[in-house]
This record gives sequence, structure tokens and C-alpha cells, in this order.
Amino acid sequence: MALETTHDNKTNLKRAWDQLFPALISIVIAVIIGGLLLVANGRDPLAAYLSLWQGAFGSFGRFTETLVKTTPFLILAISVSLSFRCQLWNIGAEGQLMVGAILSTWVALTFVSLPVYLLLPLTFVGGFLGGAIWSGIAGALKAYLNANEVITTSMLNYIAFYLTAYLVNGPMKDPQGFNFPQSPLIESALQLPILVHGTRLNAGFLVALLLVPAAIIFWRSSAGFRTEVVGASRRVAKYAGLNVVSTIVFVSILTGGLAGIAGWGEIFGIQDRLIQNIATGWGSLAIVIALLGELHPLGMVVAAFLFASMVVGGDAMQRNAGVPFALVDVIQGIVILLILARSYFFARRAA
Amino acid sequence: MATELTVRMVGITKKFPGVLANDHIDLDLHPSEVHGLLGENGAGKTTLMNILFGLYRPDDGQIIVDGQEAFLRSPADAIARGIGMVHQHFRLVRPFTVTENIILGLKEGGALLDLRTAGARVAAVSEKYGLKVDPYARVQELSVGEQQRVEILNSLVRGAKVLILDEPTAVLTPQEADELAGALREMAKQGKTIVFISHKLDEVFKVTDRLTVVRSGKVVFESLTSETDKKQVAREMIGSDIARLKIGETSTIMAVAGAASLSEAREKPAAAADQPARAVDVLRVHDLHVRDDRGLPAVRGLGFSVHTGEIVGIAGVDGNGQREMVEAITGLRLIESGQVQIKDEDATRWTSTDYIEHNVAYITDDRQNEGLILGFNLARNAILKRFAHPPFSRHGLLDMPAIDRFAETLIGTFNIKAFGVHASVGTLSGGNQQKLILARELSTKPPLIIANKPTHGLDIGAAASIYQILADERGRGAAILLISADLDELLALSNRILVMYEGRIMGELPKGQADPEQIGMLMAGTPL
Amino acid sequence: MNLGLITPVFVIGILTASIRLATPLLLAALGEVFTERSGILNLGLEGIMLMGALTGFLGAYWTGGNLWVGLLFALCTGIVFALLMGFMSITAKVNQVVAGLGITILGGGLSTLLYRLAFGLRSQPPTIKIFPDVPIPLLSKIPLLGQILFTQNILVYAALILTPIAWLILYRTPFGLAVRAVGESPDAVDTRGINVSGMRYLAIMIGGALAGLGGAYLSIGSLGVFWTQMTAGSGFIAIAVVVFSRWDPLRSLLGALVFGFAGALQLSLQTLNAPVPSELLLMLPYVITILVLVGVSRRAEFPAAFAVPYRRGEE
Repeated sequence: MALETTHDNKTNLKRAWDQLFPALISIVIAVIIGGLLLVANGRDPLAAYLSLWQGAFGSFGRFTETLVKTTPFLILAISVSLSFRCQLWNIGAEGQLMVGAILSTWVALTFVSLPVYLLLPLTFVGGFLGGAIWSGIAGALKAYLNANEVITTSMLNYIAFYLTAYLVNGPMKDPQGFNFPQSPLIESALQLPILVHGTRLNAGFLVALLLVPAAIIFWRSSAGFRTEVVGASRRVAKYAGLNVVSTIVFVSILTGGLAGIAGWGEIFGIQDRLIQNIATGWGSLAIVIALLGELHPLGMVVAAFLFASMVVGGDAMQRNAGVPFALVDVIQGIVILLILARSYFFARRAA
Repeated sequence: MATELTVRMVGITKKFPGVLANDHIDLDLHPSEVHGLLGENGAGKTTLMNILFGLYRPDDGQIIVDGQEAFLRSPADAIARGIGMVHQHFRLVRPFTVTENIILGLKEGGALLDLRTAGARVAAVSEKYGLKVDPYARVQELSVGEQQRVEILNSLVRGAKVLILDEPTAVLTPQEADELAGALREMAKQGKTIVFISHKLDEVFKVTDRLTVVRSGKVVFESLTSETDKKQVAREMIGSDIARLKIGETSTIMAVAGAASLSEAREKPAAAADQPARAVDVLRVHDLHVRDDRGLPAVRGLGFSVHTGEIVGIAGVDGNGQREMVEAITGLRLIESGQVQIKDEDATRWTSTDYIEHNVAYITDDRQNEGLILGFNLARNAILKRFAHPPFSRHGLLDMPAIDRFAETLIGTFNIKAFGVHASVGTLSGGNQQKLILARELSTKPPLIIANKPTHGLDIGAAASIYQILADERGRGAAILLISADLDELLALSNRILVMYEGRIMGELPKGQADPEQIGMLMAGTPL
Repeated sequence: MNLGLITPVFVIGILTASIRLATPLLLAALGEVFTERSGILNLGLEGIMLMGALTGFLGAYWTGGNLWVGLLFALCTGIVFALLMGFMSITAKVNQVVAGLGITILGGGLSTLLYRLAFGLRSQPPTIKIFPDVPIPLLSKIPLLGQILFTQNILVYAALILTPIAWLILYRTPFGLAVRAVGESPDAVDTRGINVSGMRYLAIMIGGALAGLGGAYLSIGSLGVFWTQMTAGSGFIAIAVVVFSRWDPLRSLLGALVFGFAGALQLSLQTLNAPVPSELLLMLPYVITILVLVGVSRRAEFPAAFAVPYRRGEE
């Protein structure tokens, strides 16, 4: 099962295949079920999926769009996997991303007098801090008061949403923005450099990629080991002399900080200003991606790319083929359930 | 003409992955008899009875109840055929009352619960067999002995004619065990068949009419209790397995002594350490007060000390504050008042981290939920307490090869059977898991070892190797605190035995003077 | 802020609205009490409620306004999704938290998808006439209370009546005893010949049915339309209500009313032109949920076998 850490004698390659194969099957089944739903409603699934494919990969430009979406998805998935491997069911990635976006934008708009080489890193810190605090609240409530983190983080998601709405309609509203709910633009010097001319692919993508080896190193560190022990059993962790409370808070802060960085990436790499609905539905996507990637950094790269292509393609599918984007959500949900149940089905086959 | 058999089990075979638990076992049970079922841990006796109770299904064989073949697919089927079972771990709903537990699942009764009538019925059955208990008390507030009575009543109310008891006296004081024996004999007199699973020969010989010995999944001996003796039964239980084990003669005697008779273990010369020039106190506990999970006082003014080169045994029935005391002196539980000193340092406010830093080893009794992470492999479990230190981690990163090498050393030194250091600890047997915990704890040559039921659930062979290890550590000069519910083990290993009762030390007995009866009285709260 | 608007009528309005807003939470919470008492955490409530809202709406719409058909659809859908969650938790024994989230994602996506496929994007979304208020004779004439409590629609009454019924079933019937036992000690129940899986499936089906009805209340009992994610976290709030109530139906009523009141307060503060931005007011129920949860979590005694899959014979 995705969330158990067994370390046995299989080679890495075989293990990767063992986990890749059910994931592939799950996606195929989900896609088929989605197709059937379309047929039942008188739509052409092939046209829909073709439109989806082209939307994601149809041209070089579309491909870069897919990479653009992979950026936050990958970062969020790594963030989620951190908590999940500690058995903390933190589902607040969306809210943490938003608060990170809020804080980093605020920094950019407030400290305009600072030179760019100081201000840009400061906004990065702001992004991390925003998400870290948002997640830290839930983490502290869990660690000190045993408050169920699923409920607290999901409530915090809604609160963050309304907070963003309040800010872009009020205190942070752009006076020259024609009354649109948005903040003023950040100065162009702060915008992240574009990697491929003529596309939106920016340096944020590199940040996301860098987090992958960072995550791998983390799980090989003593901090990572401590996280896994606390996740596996609080009792054993206490017995082993580990401070469970500080581990939970630490993991929560790091989780939120990563999500906040994703928010920073969206503002400074794509949007250039704070808006509402910056990350609708990305929180649950991050969970699916994390699970699909078996909570392993490399697996999550593949899964993030896959889902980014589905989202980008899905947008195109809705525009061009008139099939609601919600189909992608349905496929997500089916994939989660199938992935979870695979140990049940596969064990029965083996027995 | 033979009396009609209540139950016949014919050719029962049951296989689990890697082990043949029951190998064509035949068992006959008669009405009005108490039948002892003996064998070591893992011999197959509990499996056999679980099959009779419908928890497992046999791969082969038949069960005939009252002359008719029975297909027991679940406990419900067994109960319907008049078979009841009381397990070692009680299957009671703790927040419920006695009556609620007993009426749970009863098919009779109307749409609404009628607790008054049910309570009266429970009281009636309770009277009839002399099993006193308050029908309206909540199970979690009852003593262990009383909870066991609820379990028995549960079966009786459901019309059980056959009652299986799995190691019933493991959690009772000697006096409670006597009361139980009386109740069982009464039930037998009234026609019931009792199956008494145990490895304790004294009890079996007091209570049973017939007995059957199971070893390695087969029946190796059957007899009327009156026609055999303890030595013969002990020999049958152990067979020649002991010869296979690589242990010193001392441990062999200890092991056989444990099974055969306490007097032999007592007479054996004490396995004393070479007394060091000065025996220094390593652990000192003074007027300790600790509360349990519910906030009630569990340890009420406890004091003792342990010096280098000795094993101090703590005897007592489970639930008299042993767990709370052990957790207090290992940093896992808050000390309300009193003092703990480790080697002249005040350890009263230490956390588990501090104890580990000071190289105090704690061998926990809960190996699966506290001592090990079953999902991790051997190597990772081996460094559970020391992973943040060199040589296991440098600059914050784990040194996997160093960790693996360390784990290999442990496996070799302590003879742990496993498929390599990357095998998941869940695949190890209980004995090997316990050895891993010991290996890990002892690898740092700790001056103080706190061992809480280190051989719990292990068979004699595995236990013997652990006895040897502890004796060796004592010889090295370690101070060892041994908490155990097994009197034989304590008598064989300890230099001194302290008896705990209701959170206090009732009495202290040096090895030469330790006598099971005296200990039993102290355990039950009667001062000498 | 126009305090002059706070008239008795205004106050009655808030209280009436409180009960209305509490109803879907109460329905879902009552069902979840049974589910969680049996040892299962169903985080799929949000998704089930959304599917209930959708199918309730579709059932009513396609039959030209027959709300009872809508309720039936919602009920059945709730049960079907509950069975799916039950399969994952009870038979496949997977991690219940993740499975619940999967169901919520699936329910959310499927409800939106089916709605869009059925109606497309319209400037004027289709509407339905909701259940009318049914004043109870005599009782509705009582000043204050009569308007607040006894002039509601049938679903509200159903929720209020189901509360003591749920209490009765849970505490005074053999079935309820068995459900509670399964959540505390599945071993004990197994030995007494009660099928642990069967009980859990029953409990989760009750939860799903009620959650479906709770969702349907929103679309055909209150708002008369359906829109994407219209439950806005009600499923999660319902779970908070259950923890707040310490798994008791009567206290769930109290909890649901608290949250209902928070929502009603938010609406009324907007009407009063309170100098508080509407978005901050909209946050209120969620903030209160966290505060309540924190206040309760210290004392909360989860059923001992909560969210742990049961495997027979593992000792």
C-alpha cells in the first residue's frame, strides 16, 4: 500500500515496476469509465480525449503549458507527501499555497524600494513563511491539542480562500484595476525569467525540479528518518526518545512552506499579481499525485506531469470539445480509489 | 460401555504460511470432565481450540459434537453448538456494563433492550456457578479476575456445554486461581466439559481429570491425570528439542526446571555474578508516586534500588502499577512525586531522550507496538534509538552502509534468524523480534537494563537464550531490573525478588528465601 | 451599521435561518454518528452530499417537480456511494482517510460533470420549486417559537424527528448496542457471532442515506438549484459536528444548531450593513468549526477501534 514503508530485497527496478503497473492500470480503467460516462450522455469520448491529448501535447507551446502546470503540481505533491509519510493527513495544500501567494505579493508590493537581488529572495521567503504559518497552525493544534488535522486543514482552506477574496477586493486591490478583484502588478524586474522564449515556462519550473533531489536527500537524512518513525508509530517514537510534538510541528511547517513556495511560483512566474481562484482544486490534485507517485519524489515527478497534462488538456477539451473539465476530476477520484484498492485486488490474484 | 463423548475432533490439520500448526490431531472430550491441554507456546493447542471455537477452519479433519458432525465456520456456529471460549485477551467491550456485554448479540429479546431482566438473569447464572460479579458494573472498572468471570458467564448464559479456557491463570493471583479452579470443578460436576489450556503443570495437576499434551502440532501424550506425573508430562511437552539449542548447561536446567518443578530451580545454585569489589547502586527509586492513564494513582510510594552485577526481580500480578512504574523510570510517564536517581544523578525529570542519552536500556514487553516498527526492516529497527548519532549519521545524513554493518553484527552476535538486514521485521518470529530488541538495547553496553517481561509470549527455547543473555550481562556488571509475571523465571534469574501490589512493594525476598507460596501471598496483598 | 434593523422579526429570521442551515449538517451528522460509532471514518461525506444534491435535483427536475422522487434518488445515491466507501474501508481495508478523500473528489467531480452534461452552461440555471413550508396546526401559532420551529418544511421536521429516533436506536436497541460494540471492540463482537463487516456496512449505509438526504435538502429543500461544490465544506463541518457531539445524536443537534447559527449570523450581519467585509463573515463558520474542534478534542474519546480495519484472528 502506498503508505507503508517496507524495505525488502527486491531490486529498485522491479519495485518501481511493481508500483508503476497498478498505477497505469488504474489510469486506464479510470479513462475508460470516464469515456463510458460520456457515451452515456451522448458525447463522443474519442473526440474528447483527442482534444485533451492535443491540448496537452499538440504543439511545443502546449507542451510548455503542461510543464508550466507541472511546476506547482510537483511542488504541492512533494509537500503533501511529506505530511503523509508522517501519517499527518494534511489536506490544506490549496490554502497554504494561497497564503504563501498573499504574503509574497505583499512583500513585493510593500518593499518596492529594495533592490531586486534582495527583494526577490525576500518574496521567496515570504512565500515559504506564509504557507508555513498556515500549515503550522494546524500542525500545532494537532501536536498540542490533538485536533484532527483533516478537519482543521480543510477549514483553513476555506478560510484562506475567503481571505484572498477579501484582500483582492479590499486592502490589496489594484486602484487602477478597473475594479477587478486583483492586486496591483508586481514590478517587472521581479518576474521570474522565462526559460523558453515565447512561452510561459519560467524559472519556477527549475525550482520545482530542484526540490526533487532535495526531497530524496531529505528522506535519507536523520530528519527524514525521524519523520518516518513518528509517522509509523507515535508510541515507538516516544520509546525511541524522539520528540513527537516537535516533529509534527516541524513537518507541518515544512509542508506548508513548500506549498507556499508553489504559491510564490504562481505569482512571480505566471500571474504577476494576486488574484482569486489562483489554485482551485489543486489541493486534491496534489493528494492524488502524491499517492500515485507512491509518495516517492521520482514517482511524483511522473505523476505530476501526467496530471498536469490532464488539466491542461482538460481545459482545452472544455473549450474545444465542450466536454466539462469535471471529467478530469472524475478520473482523479477513480484513480485514487483504484490505486488504494490495488493491494486488495492484486493480493487476491496472487493468492 | 464408553460414556457418550461431548466432542470428538478427528484428524484435525491446519497449516499457516511456513508452519504446520496442527498435524492430524485427534481429541476426545467427555462430559463432566476438566480436560487439560498442554504444550509450549506454538505447540498448536491454541490453534486447535480456535478451530473448535470456529475462529479458524481446519484444512482437514472432522469435528463431531454430541454425535453429529459440526461445520464451524464462525464463533456463532460454535456457540450455537454449545461451545464457548475464554481467550487470554478478553473479548469484552470495556465501556459497557457486564450485562450489556452478555446480552450483546443474543438473538432473544424484543426490539428494545431490557437491561433489568437481563441483569437478573446474569445474576442468577452467576449465583449458580459461584462466579460473583456485579451485573451493572462497567467492565473497565472490574478487576482482571472479575472480567474473566464475565467472560465465563458470557458463555454459560449462551448455553455452553463445552467451555474452553486459554491460559486462564496467566493474569490471576494464586488465590484467584484457586477460586477459578473451584468454579471449574463445580461446572464439571454439573455436567459441563472444561478444556483447560495451560503450560503450568502445578495447576493442571490440581484441576484436571484428564490431560493431552501437544507438541509441534501433534498429540504426543494422553492420560488420566491421576495416572501420570509432572516429570513425565514435562518431558513430553519439551521432547528432545532442548538438545538442538546452543545454550549452556545452566540455561537448560533453568528451562526444564521451569516446566517441571519450582523446587528444582530453587535448589540450583544461584547464578551469581562475580561480585565486583564494590557493588554500586545504579538505580535508586524513592517514594515514587505515578498516576495511570485515567488519572488514578497507580504507583503509591515505591522505593527500591538496584546495584551493579545483580538482577532484581519485580513480581506481581499485571495491573498493580508495574507498567506505570517502568514507564516512570524510563521517561515515558510523568512522575507525580518522589525521586529517581540514576548513578547519583537526579533523573526524576528526565525524558525518554535523557534516559537514552545516559545509556539506560529499556526492553519493552510490547515488542510489536512499542519496541519495533514492524513495517521497517531490521537495519532501521536496529538504529531506532541511535540514528541521529555517528557512526549512523554524519552531517545529518544517514550512513546506510554503516547501519547495515551494525545490523549484521547484531544478527551474528545474537543469533537472530532473518532473511538479511533488509528483511521486514514483521517477518521475524516473536522470539527473534525480542532478540533484536535485546541486541539493540544491549549493543551500547548499558550499565542499567530495565527488562519488562522480556520473554512474554516466547517458547521455552527462545526464553532460555534470553535468560542466558541476561545472566551474561549481569556477569558483565550490569544492573538489571526484571519485571515479570512468570514466577519461575523470576526465581531462576533474580538475586532478589520484590513483590509489587497496588503500587507498593509488599515485601522483598532474597533468592535463597524466595518461596512461591510466600510470593503468592504478597502478590495477593497479604503481608508475611 | 444599522442597528435599527434589529427587530423581533429580524431575530426570528436569524433563528429560523439557523434551523434551516443546520438541517443538512444535522442529517449528515446523524448518519455519520452511526458510521463512526461502528469504527469507520467517512471523509467522503462531502462527496456523498454533493451527489445527493445533484440526484435529488435531477430526480425532481425530470419528473416535472416531483420532489419525493428527488428524495428517493438522493437516498439511493447516498447508499450506493456509502457502499463504495464501505467496500474500500471494510473489505479492501485501505486507509480510510485517503479513501474518503477519493470519494469526495469523485463525488464532487461526478456531480459537476453530470450536471454540466445534462444542462450545459446556461445564463439562467434550471430551478425547482422547493418543499414548501408546512406550518404545524396549533403549534405554529405559538409566538416566536411557532414561527421558528413549527413553520418549516418537511425535511427540517424529518431531521428534527430523526434526532431522538437515532438516539433511541443507538442506545436502546440491540442493533445500536451492536453498532457501538463494533466500534469499541470488534473482537468482542466477532466472538458473539455478530458479523463485524455486516454491521459496519449497515452503519455506513445509514450514514450515506442520511448524507444524501442532507445534500438533497440543499438543492430541493432550500435553494431550488444545483451548482458546483454547492455544499461548500458542509460534509467536513458535519464531521466536526460529530466530534463536537462526542458521537451522540442529541448533542449533534446542538452542534448543528451552533454552526447553523454561525451561518445565519453571517447572513444577517451582511443585511445590517455591518462594517465587516462579507468575505470575512463568510469565513465565520469555518473558524468556529476549528475553535469548537479544538475545544472538544482534548476530551474526545474516539471509539477504540476507530478507523482501524478489522482482521479476524490477529492477536
